[in-house]
Formats: sequence, structure tokens, C-alpha cells
Amino acid sequence: MSMAVGTIMQIAGIGFLVAVLHTVLKSAGKEEFAHWTTLTGLIIALLLIVSKLNLLFTEITSVFRIQ
Amino acid sequence: MDILQIVGLALIATFLVLTLKWQSPTIAFLISMLTGVLIFAFLLSPIKLIFAEIEKLAGAANVDLKFLGTILKIIAIAYIAEFAAQIVRDSGEAGLAAKIEFAGKIFILVLAIPIVKVVIDTIMRVLS
Repeated sequence: MSMAVGTIMQIAGIGFLVAVLHTVLKSAGKEEFAHWTTLTGLIIALLLIVSKLNLLFTEITSVFRIQ
Repeated sequence: MDILQIVGLALIATFLVLTLKWQSPTIAFLISMLTGVLIFAFLLSPIKLIFAEIEKLAGAANVDLKFLGTILKIIAIAYIAEFAAQIVRDSGEAGLAAKIEFAGKIFILVLAIPIVKVVIDTIMRVLS
């Protein structure tokens, strides 16, 4: 269970980082950099979640004995 | 107790979702989805236990195990469709959630056809 909280905190950390970076870069005038960092943050979070989702789906197929 | 862990996890996740809501809604959605995934993964082990018990009872009552397999599949479809539909509805896409549930119903109906056929056959045999 503690591993679960860890992943949530990781994603939240990415979210905060991206949000702060976005505002900082925007105020520094580098607009497109801000958008790039937001995009990469989102992609990293998505990759993390896709691996968890894959874990869940393989477990479901094993528990419910779907071929 | 396990329920305390789940409730704790859900409350932390809701707090994080709310703080991130106005800065980056997508990450907030990802956090709520991740919590759903983790809680459902956590619930799989008790479900496995329940199915083992049901299987034992079915074996004792010598119910045909083929039906148990279909029932298991139907429960799995309902379980996954419900999981996805709630997350999608949470993020505001009620139409999409309804479509997921509709697809789940169709698949369950397809699986239920053989069982209905057997029930009707037995009734016919009893009547004739």
C-alpha cells in the first residue's frame, strides 16, 4: 500500500513542478519552453500511469481467468 | 485495517487533485485515475478469495463449472466497465461513460445467451 501512495505523490510532484515551471518560464518570457515542459511533464505522468494500468489489467485477466 | 488504508489513500488523492485542479487539470485527472487503478488493484486479492469460495461451493453442489466461468467473465466485464465509466464520468465526459456502460451491457448479454438457452431448454423439457 505504501508503494501506492508513493506513485501518487510522484505524479502530484510532477504536476506541481510542471505548474511552477510553466508560470516561471512564462514570466521569463520563454513562452514555448513553458509549453514544452508542461507537455513532457504530462507524458512522464502518463507513462507512469500506463505501467500501473497494465499491471492492473494483467492481474484482472489472471483473477477472472479470462484467456 | 485495509479499509482505513483505502480511505486514507482516497482522501490524500482528492486533496492532491483539488490542489492541482486549477493549475493543470490533466494531471489532476491522471491522479484520480491512478488512485482508481490502485484501489481496484488492492481489491483484487479479496475478490480472488471470494471466487475460490464460490468455486468450492459450486463444486460441492456439482453445478456445471462452465456456467461459473461465464458468470466470472460477466462479473469481470461489469467490474472493468464500471471502473472506466466512473473515471470518465468524473472527468466530465458523461456521454463517453454512458457509451462504455452500454458496451459493457452488450458484452454481458452476449455472454448470457448460452445460459438463457439452457434455462429455456430445461423449462421446455419439464413442460413437455
